[in-house]
Amino acid sequence: MSTTTSTDAILGWDETLAAYEPVMGLEVHVELGTATKMFCGCPTTFGADPNTQVCPVCLGLPGALPVVNEKGVESAIRIGLALNCEIAPWCRFARKNYFYPDMPKNFQTSQYDEPIAFGGHLDVELEDGTVYRVEIERAHMEEDTGKSLHVGGATGRIHGATHSLVDYNRAGIPLIEIVTKPMFGAGERAPEIARAYVATLRDLLRALDVSDVKMEQGSMRCDVNVSLRPKGTEKLGTRTETKNVNSLRSVERAVRYEMQRHAAVLASGGSIVQETRHWHEDTGLTTAGRIKSDAEDYRYFPEPDLVPVAPTEEAVEALRASLPEPPAQRRKRLQAAYGFSDLEMRDAINAGLLDLIEETVAAGASASAARKWWSGEIARRANGEGVDVPTYAAQLAVTPAQVAELEGLVTSGRLNDAMARQVWEGVLAGEGSPTQVADARGLQLVRDSGALEAAVDAVIAANPDVAQKIREGKVQAVGALIGQVMREMRGQGDAAAAREVIMARLGS
Amino acid sequence: MTSELVKLTAAAMADALTAREVSARELTQAHLDRTAAVDGAVHSYLHVDAEGALAAADVVDAARAQGRDLHRLAGVPIAVKDVMATAGLPTTCGSRILEGWVPPYDATLVSRIKAAGMPILGKTNMDEFAMGSSTEHSAYGPSHNPWDLERIPGGSGGGSSSVIASFQAPLAIGTDTGGSIRQPAAVTGTCGTKPTYGGVSRYGLVALASSLDQAGPCARTVLDTALLHEVIAGHDPLDSTSIDAPVPACVTAAQRADVRGMRIGIVRELTGEGFQAGVQQRFDEAVAHLVDAGAEVVEVSCASFTYALAAYYLILPSEASSNLAKFDAMRYGLRVWPEGLEDASAEQVMAATRDAGFGDEVKRRIILGTYALSSGYYDAYYGSAQKARRLIADDFAKAFQSADVLVSPTAPTTAFQLGDKLDDPMAMYLNDIATIPANLAGVPGMSLPSGLAPEDGLPTGFQILAPAMADERLYAVGSALEARLTAAWGGQLLDRAPALPTSEVAR
Ligand SMILES: [Zn+2]
Repeated sequence: MSTTTSTDAILGWDETLAAYEPVMGLEVHVELGTATKMFCGCPTTFGADPNTQVCPVCLGLPGALPVVNEKGVESAIRIGLALNCEIAPWCRFARKNYFYPDMPKNFQTSQYDEPIAFGGHLDVELEDGTVYRVEIERAHMEEDTGKSLHVGGATGRIHGATHSLVDYNRAGIPLIEIVTKPMFGAGERAPEIARAYVATLRDLLRALDVSDVKMEQGSMRCDVNVSLRPKGTEKLGTRTETKNVNSLRSVERAVRYEMQRHAAVLASGGSIVQETRHWHEDTGLTTAGRIKSDAEDYRYFPEPDLVPVAPTEEAVEALRASLPEPPAQRRKRLQAAYGFSDLEMRDAINAGLLDLIEETVAAGASASAARKWWSGEIARRANGEGVDVPTYAAQLAVTPAQVAELEGLVTSGRLNDAMARQVWEGVLAGEGSPTQVADARGLQLVRDSGALEAAVDAVIAANPDVAQKIREGKVQAVGALIGQVMREMRGQGDAAAAREVIMARLGS
Repeated sequence: MTSELVKLTAAAMADALTAREVSARELTQAHLDRTAAVDGAVHSYLHVDAEGALAAADVVDAARAQGRDLHRLAGVPIAVKDVMATAGLPTTCGSRILEGWVPPYDATLVSRIKAAGMPILGKTNMDEFAMGSSTEHSAYGPSHNPWDLERIPGGSGGGSSSVIASFQAPLAIGTDTGGSIRQPAAVTGTCGTKPTYGGVSRYGLVALASSLDQAGPCARTVLDTALLHEVIAGHDPLDSTSIDAPVPACVTAAQRADVRGMRIGIVRELTGEGFQAGVQQRFDEAVAHLVDAGAEVVEVSCASFTYALAAYYLILPSEASSNLAKFDAMRYGLRVWPEGLEDASAEQVMAATRDAGFGDEVKRRIILGTYALSSGYYDAYYGSAQKARRLIADDFAKAFQSADVLVSPTAPTTAFQLGDKLDDPMAMYLNDIATIPANLAGVPGMSLPSGLAPEDGLPTGFQILAPAMADERLYAVGSALEARLTAAWGGQLLDRAPALPTSEVAR
């Protein structure tokens, strides 16, 4: 294994594109969010103490046998259907044989020439609205391996380590591997398309509720295959497979880097070695890994300990009927219904607010109010806690129904915005529902016009200069007076009503 | 008392226990005493669990004293082949690589034995990972045939056959991948059944070849075999290949012993040439007995059986090469540090351990299987073998249209001398020629004694094969034949076995 850290030469981006055409392929591994592992009953909770979620089956103890997790198969079929794949009416698992310490049986139970789903596509929308169709080769089921921790070395990698620790909690967690067909014609947009594909796939999987698709926790992992061929030629170039690309940004950077690195090798008359490359998030570089020769032989054969998976047509159709609306389509529909601008929509999506807003609207709030609450007051508090809004909402048990109720108190005229924020604090402090908090704290806009008029008169008398400006037509100055009226009324006044009275008094 | 007790059938022991003529403790102790006396010569056991067996017997005795409902075999002790995982008891599979490994869990059939209240006496010897026909490939030395201690007790389950034949246990568990229950039964004058594939759970059976392995009962009579069969059979959700259907009524069939009107098919390819004269003679006599009992004889041909041995020796090593990959020193069992390498990698430790921990026969088959699965060779070897396997299953299906059961001699010869075929793997493999087709097709098969070969005075075996999930037919035919043969012999065949040399016994 090469451990060289010297930097490879790269060719300039424009020069690369001028001479070569990239061909890409992406392999995405997704850990399914099933409660139990693929072939045993062990839990799949992330972050448990090492080797606490194991049993004879996932430890590969002699004599133990696998049993297929039906939920895992169901998820695989749903993913296949959502990717417009055909679902195999009959398929088998296969053993992929190779020795590795973090693989308990020294074979991985996977699928080989009989994937559960095959021949699909995913349409990917780029920033400028262009749609690129990614052809899906296959999606198949397999199990994850354990995780090795190399101890005693400086780098945390196997080289130089004094010993290794293996955690088998991850061994046997269901994985779906989604493989694209070679992607042609991407040209200069190859890095962007790669990123958009992974992002679109992530959203789709999230909408299917089959995985938490957290790239940073490894529940979604991406391998990037890149090759170049001289422009105008047909023959595919030698490809490299870059592993461990675990963020959207990295996907984009890794494609771009590998294209430029290949170009430099080819332009100088060299040839690309077929190998795996390791992606380094920190440096943005790849380094050489295992050489992939044709001699690599996993000795696949059908797994004799499992029976074939044969979903009935009715079962597949039932799963198809249960598929959620595709995320892209749903966004278009919601944006039109809510009247959000592109920017508002993108912000809401990026902050993970769409579901919350949709539920708040369903609970009776207007779309703009729902967006205002979630991306305003609540987002501000979430930021303060250093978490994203959905996490914050889950942690504090803040529900869209509460937000809608609070907003209802504002639109009905009972609360003004400042009072609503006070109520919100009470809700967060566990004092009850928004109505209960408002009642308990005695928060209620003053409707008594006598009190309001008295306060307006007092403020006008105390601010003759401002009043004069308003009389002269400088209407924007009214804000200062409204503020003082509100203070006068200890926050219980209705700002809109105050404005009306002031304007009536000052005759404009 | 002791020597008479251990010679009872399991059914008779069960009756004596129920009638409280003997306690489970006494019965268990009698067998432990017998083992202390004879196992030095026979070497059936790799591990004896006197303490555990007596404790289990006491539980049964206490329950019986309280008048609780008990399984018919509660208190009848049993020996278990060392390829079955037993919680708290060493499980070596006859290999150095698992020396000292104590499973944290019970195989499903072991749980069922325990639930029935049957004390487990110990773990029986076997060829390493069940690869062999003689127990000579056990890393812990061979077992000996009680009929002639210089001869093999069959394999791989020679520990289980000899433990019964030497009256150290009335019942035992075997496993049969290509004949490892039936061939040992044949050469020791005992009975054994390989159930329908999927009829008995494989959960906890350390796999040799997953698609061929099947655990089953070993005993001295057909009825005893049936009784044990029903204890261990039945659907197990932990084994995906386990059949979810009612257990065949083996005991009832054994008790009725009725073959009137049954069509007995003699497989042309499994008789005649290549079979020892005395083996063939006893087989022909047995068929005559069945005709006398009211069965009809038909001859069937299964042409594809000639490919069985070749197909078997591609499929078995292929699956074994993958199944045995887990023995890598990383998690359990033997760990050997490569000599002179202080800074060895995990891969080097794996290689050193596998080199030291596996015997020659195991290595031979791992290499064969690795080769047969290699890309470029897969279609020619594994692929072709699977095709042959389908043809064999088709031939069985065809044969079972004209016959209710098929019969043949179990093994081509009587027990050979220890050491005779050790250096000739092909000759050893040929011993399984008649038993292998059943494993390839997944159908059930039984061997029971048909007599002693006139030329050497050693036991010969009679094999019965039935369609999948029609295991009860084995017992109907086997029991009918047994009744006539024992009447002719004037008792059990094993009564004629020579007395074993006994070491000094305490009681
Ligand atoms: Zn597990």
